[in-house]
Amino acid sequence: MIQLPDQNGRFGEFGGRFVPETLMNALIELEEAYHRYAEDPSFQEELSYLLKQYSGRETPLYYAERLSKHLGKAKIYLKREDLNHTGAHKINNALAQGVLAKRMGKNKVIAETGAGQHGVATATVAALLGMECKVFMGEEDTKRQALNVFRMQLLGAEVVPVTSGSRTLKDAGNEALRYWVSNVDDTFYILGSAVGPHPYPMMVRNFQRIIGDETRRQILEAEGRLPDHVVAAIGGGSNAIGMFYPFIEDKGVALIGVEAAGKGVETAFHAATMSKGTKGVFQGSMSYLLQDSFGQVQEAFSISAGLDYPGVGPEHSYLKDIERAKYVPVTDQEALDALQLLCRTEGIIPALESAHAIAQVVKMAPSLGSEDLVVICLSGRGDKDVESIMAYTGGKQA
Amino acid sequence: MNLIDQTFSRLKEARETALIPFLTIGDPDVETSVEIIAQLEAAGADIVELGVPYSDPLADGPVIQRASQRALKHQVNIRSCMEAAVKARSAGVKLPFILFTYYNPVLQFGLDRFFDEVKKHDISGLIIPDLPVEESAELLRRAEAAEIHVIPLVAPTSKERIKSIVAGAKGFIYCVSSLGVTGERSSFYEGVEEFIGQVKEFTDTPVAIGFGISNREQAERFSRICDGVVVGSAIVRTIEESIPLLQNADTRQDGLLQIRKFVSQLKA
Repeated sequence: MIQLPDQNGRFGEFGGRFVPETLMNALIELEEAYHRYAEDPSFQEELSYLLKQYSGRETPLYYAERLSKHLGKAKIYLKREDLNHTGAHKINNALAQGVLAKRMGKNKVIAETGAGQHGVATATVAALLGMECKVFMGEEDTKRQALNVFRMQLLGAEVVPVTSGSRTLKDAGNEALRYWVSNVDDTFYILGSAVGPHPYPMMVRNFQRIIGDETRRQILEAEGRLPDHVVAAIGGGSNAIGMFYPFIEDKGVALIGVEAAGKGVETAFHAATMSKGTKGVFQGSMSYLLQDSFGQVQEAFSISAGLDYPGVGPEHSYLKDIERAKYVPVTDQEALDALQLLCRTEGIIPALESAHAIAQVVKMAPSLGSEDLVVICLSGRGDKDVESIMAYTGGKQA
Repeated sequence: MNLIDQTFSRLKEARETALIPFLTIGDPDVETSVEIIAQLEAAGADIVELGVPYSDPLADGPVIQRASQRALKHQVNIRSCMEAAVKARSAGVKLPFILFTYYNPVLQFGLDRFFDEVKKHDISGLIIPDLPVEESAELLRRAEAAEIHVIPLVAPTSKERIKSIVAGAKGFIYCVSSLGVTGERSSFYEGVEEFIGQVKEFTDTPVAIGFGISNREQAERFSRICDGVVVGSAIVRTIEESIPLLQNADTRQDGLLQIRKFVSQLKA
């Protein structure tokens, strides 16, 4: 298989670098530094040490027996990224980019965040590595996720409320890029998803592929064969691309990305970029995108702040177009039902993002047989969502 | 001959620097924008940049972001911006028009259809702030066929990229004065003079400077070393401040005059 992205950062027609000229040299330098350090054994050693001793990797691949029995015949495994330090897969990438920033001699880091998971991960890494940290967060989100704002502040980060545009994740991303344009000399932008201009989609994928690499090894140990279905939630798509990437050559493994349908893909309130989007340029790369016919970016909607994003990583758009991965929508209600099901059957409260992946398996289960082997990426834990679930259900259980 | 080239050769003979104002079309409405364009010309503008409002203007600071938001509220789009050019032309405006737009609206229009329409609407050039040279080959090919100038941006961080960016550039080169987004500022990139000098080493195409130039003193300073000066946010802010006047029939002329006065004092 040809190594992607190509030298222009393209996955087929997707990806690239659509940014103001001021950033171009910084992106080129970042790409060079990435290649230099990624091949440097001492970088890999430092990163492996932190992932193991600090974040607690490797994460288990857990056979969810009661969930499997409840849903039917298939055997369902959960890749427990929720057991990472700070509660989600986001730390894998934040640690790696943090160590890279340090090697590049940059002592200030910035990040964008929606719900706050990537912001918390970045603030954590900045504290650990002794770096200054600014996190851009939509003003709306700072209200919805006040606890995470305090968490970041507790970790020593400055949280900058973003009042432009829709005041949510996409605007936080815009503002982080604008800040980076002004401070490109001494600041490293720790981008949280597999989106943005090249080299970010490639770099984030490679820093998250540890999820898929471990899963592949673990399932071979446990079952002696590869899974039939690998399922992951997708907003920008970092946990999904990390999980999918090591399986791309294994044609027998179905790759299923689950996007947020919010109140339904037939309504105006969803974040179903793959089902309803069209090709366009957004935040530095060519990909599928929720937009109107004049190219204005539309606001997304989902109960899950991590999936509430009108874009998607370019490599996912590529995998969709070559039909190597399939992307399906799941509504808020389906995700909430799946969340409660996992709580009751396994004693695990998943993040609302991850609950979308579980909901997809709930939907698939009736058509699966006893020979089917399923892996779900449980990308994060649900502690952060307990308040919003309570608000949504009015405190009642299903 | 492209109108932009005609303008620069006329100014060269007269030993003048081009004043290139920017406005966001549709702020506060398209009809007013057309009238403002006429005022800009009367105030001494040589070329005008017609800003297409965009939902995610990455290269712009708060002033132009707000103007975009106001324009988008009443569904101003890339087509209405082109129509504004034609309306201004019918109203007697002679200066060349440059469409300033992010790439996605162009892409969604469809590149072939876009250049047909640009030509039909008497627009002479394009500035696309999020389309670096690496991504622009296809667009440049069509622009050349349509004889539309695509104005490249060069930043103080461009360094060894300058040569490839300005190679074959048409119209003028747009030098970004500072690291950062658009917006008024009191100080510029420290080595800005050397930076302009470096750009000039590689090209005979006129060189203009923009991003943050907001008063006469700054315009004069750069007039000495550049062929053109772009003023954006300061004008957009003046328009913003004039909106209450513009929206009242009794004071509308005062509002237009206020904008004209601000622009005419920029002309060195």
